[in-house]
Amino acid sequence: MDSHAAGEARVERYEIRLSGSGGQGLIFAGIILAEAAGIHDGKFVCQTQSYGPEARGGASKAEVIISDHEIDYPKAIKPDLLLAMNQKSCDSYFFDLKPGGMLIIDSTFVKQLPTTRAIGIPFTQICREKLGKEVGANIVALGALATLSGVVSLSSLEAAVRNRIPRGTEDYNMKALELGIESAKDARRFRTETELYEDTSD
Amino acid sequence: MIAKRPPGRQLLLQGNEAIVEGALAAGCRFFAGYPITPATEISEVMSYRLPAVDGTFIQMEDEIASMGAVIGASLAGVKSMTATSGPGFSLMQENLGFACVAEVPCVIVNVMRGGPSTGLPTSVSQGDVMQARWGTHGDHPIIVLAVSTTQDCFSITVKAFNLSEKYRTPVVLLADEVVAHTREKISLPHAEEVEVIDRIRPNMPPDWYIPFENNSRGVPPMSAFGDGYRYHVTGLIHDVRGFPTQRPDEIVPFMDRIFRKINQHFFDIQMVNTEMVDDAELIVVAYGSVSRSARRAVREARERGIKAGLVQLITLWPFPRQSVEPILRQVRAALVPELNMGQISREIKRINQGVARIETISRIDGHLITPNEILTRLLRI
Repeated sequence: MDSHAAGEARVERYEIRLSGSGGQGLIFAGIILAEAAGIHDGKFVCQTQSYGPEARGGASKAEVIISDHEIDYPKAIKPDLLLAMNQKSCDSYFFDLKPGGMLIIDSTFVKQLPTTRAIGIPFTQICREKLGKEVGANIVALGALATLSGVVSLSSLEAAVRNRIPRGTEDYNMKALELGIESAKDARRFRTETELYEDTSD
Repeated sequence: MIAKRPPGRQLLLQGNEAIVEGALAAGCRFFAGYPITPATEISEVMSYRLPAVDGTFIQMEDEIASMGAVIGASLAGVKSMTATSGPGFSLMQENLGFACVAEVPCVIVNVMRGGPSTGLPTSVSQGDVMQARWGTHGDHPIIVLAVSTTQDCFSITVKAFNLSEKYRTPVVLLADEVVAHTREKISLPHAEEVEVIDRIRPNMPPDWYIPFENNSRGVPPMSAFGDGYRYHVTGLIHDVRGFPTQRPDEIVPFMDRIFRKINQHFFDIQMVNTEMVDDAELIVVAYGSVSRSARRAVREARERGIKAGLVQLITLWPFPRQSVEPILRQVRAALVPELNMGQISREIKRINQGVARIETISRIDGHLITPNEILTRLLRI
């Protein structure tokens, strides 16, 4: 599926949940995603969040609803897409996922997968190795999420990232976004290859 | 032919940020407050937006002082506002009563979080509905409005300022954690498209000015301190010149007037949105963020052939009885979902007088009522 074209597709109500621990930048990622879909792609969007009193370490969750119609209930009912950036959030939110929904996990931290259909990409590890810091794993994840789901166009996402990041970090974040897009393409290629051998019985 | 205007600015804003935009559009130029989750963003954005429009932002030492500063600024002729959450709203009550009796226009935003006391700072609640009405002591009139979407946060805030200026009364804007922190795309209208009402100022010579004189509207003209119209402001019950009184023949007309100025303009103040109520057999009465869950539930119920309707309250106080009562007379049952132990449902029961069946959903665990919870109940009624 060409994700650029998919950004234009009609959607009734597409629900995305970004989850992990406080400090991983998930609420920030949610804002960027909502801005990309709402302002740049021209859809109706609703972004909500829930977090504990801790600034770091507690559970953190951001949700984005994208629709062609006005959005009534602002939170996710049955997410179409779940991004889990740590094991705990993967365990607690997996069962909310819509049947056939997409599960994307940060395989740096999520070691036990609830389903073989999960798409594991080591966002934090990629960030650490290619950019030298763990900051920006959320942007890597956003790039991958948009590529895999096609729910926002990559050009809108890039514009939204540029608009929201602190001045002076453009190169760093654009690189992070690019790494995310590439990692998603690799993951997709790998999946297609393995799916050819889905029948593993001997 | 009139050239088509470009639409207003489209932005992705949080409810709290939209409240600031609404306040500035309505002419608010003074803010005093003390940060508190989940209302902090209002102070934060005000702190840099106000100085840019020649306004004043002060972070006070606490909420008691914040409310005092807001009253002072308004008496000096500037539209003023503060924002807080439950614990801070409790501290503001004393001065809020002062604003009611001295008839000082101002807007108090209360972004409700779980209570009582420090409660659940990052969780949603609607527990302050009765506090907004009766939190300050003594019989007093007050206007309380509830917002449910980011667009509401803009337009209802403008409305709150307009009502406070028109009727010289504090207006409490009740938001909740979900509305305040939800980001949505909104279109900000052009400045000239926003209806802004300013308080009526005296036009007679200063010597002739009687600051609390009765008139047909019940709202005396208000001069700004420093304009040359000298008068006395007190929290004591006062005569038409603003001086304390103990005389029954002055107390009663005063109390009558401050209630009458709200009651006789009831239809200007009450705001209720209805959806699919004309042929409804069941209605859901909701306000704030819960009304969004209710809207979805009602639409889903209709898809299943249930004749459900939605009554969304925007004005909570004075309670919009005249709008809700006729609807209650035509339905079999009403469901009132709210994030408290039943504060508005009490009012619904009071005006219902036992005619329709009234059901409630109370959720107090810090989470928003889901459309499914409401739909499940609608299916069973």
